[in-house]
Amino acid sequence: MKQRTRTLALLGMCTAAAMILSYVESFIPSLSPGLKIGLPNIVIVFVLYRAGWVSAGAVSLIRVVLTALSFGSMLSLAYGLAGAVLSLLVMTLLRRTQTFSAVGVSVAGGVAHNTAQICVAAVVMGTRQILYYLPILMIGGTVAGILVGIAGGILLARLPQTRFAE
Amino acid sequence: MAKKLSRKRRRDLWLIGGILLIGGIALLLTLLLRTPGDQVVVEVNGKVWGTYDLYKDAEIRIETENGGYNILAIADGFAAVTHASCPDKLCVHQHKISRSDESIICLPNKVIVSIVTGEGE
Repeated sequence: MKQRTRTLALLGMCTAAAMILSYVESFIPSLSPGLKIGLPNIVIVFVLYRAGWVSAGAVSLIRVVLTALSFGSMLSLAYGLAGAVLSLLVMTLLRRTQTFSAVGVSVAGGVAHNTAQICVAAVVMGTRQILYYLPILMIGGTVAGILVGIAGGILLARLPQTRFAE
Repeated sequence: MAKKLSRKRRRDLWLIGGILLIGGIALLLTLLLRTPGDQVVVEVNGKVWGTYDLYKDAEIRIETENGGYNILAIADGFAAVTHASCPDKLCVHQHKISRSDESIICLPNKVIVSIVTGEGE
């Protein structure tokens, strides 16, 4: 019971950290629309490795909903949810295979995130024109994923081990 | 343990290289397959709003259903969005376009400005 309470509190803290990171990220100028580092994903990668995909999914979904309600719109909620769900799914599966390190996992997550968002955009806008951005977003997602994976790896190495209950 | 880690790192590099290669080839193809366009098509909410000659300078005010607007400027064979009512102004910051299938997209106003070649339409 005590362990459960502590895990709940820690996950709440992680959610808050992820929200702050998405706020901080809104101040970083973007080279091209849709190109972001995905700072909140550092927290998601960390929680995924420490507490499993259920916790990571909860933190990710709550983060996306709260961020959209505070700084965004219904449309940004749809984009955010699509990106969060597909990237978490891909990262969970790749982590299970034990083939890649956190860097590879978060690269795949970043590319999946961008692909999901551009598909939602294509449906919302009713056009395939926007799919021409996919190659750029793939490359951008890869670079972002490398940075996120390195940062997540540092967190995993530095922060104390036995803090979460599965 | 160290050896296992380095093997994972190597696989990471293969994954990264593979994605960059696919993305790079796709990017190269979309750039190479583009030909100079001659018409500017404006779509609002998925419906064609207007078609303009790329080589006739003009300034067009695009009104959207939600009361927003985008100003489209056509000059010297390039199309660009110069003003917009949307909060993020991403469309204003996008590069001006001139080649077929290039587009400027304003997500909040659901406005798409794209270039087409006449014979295809």
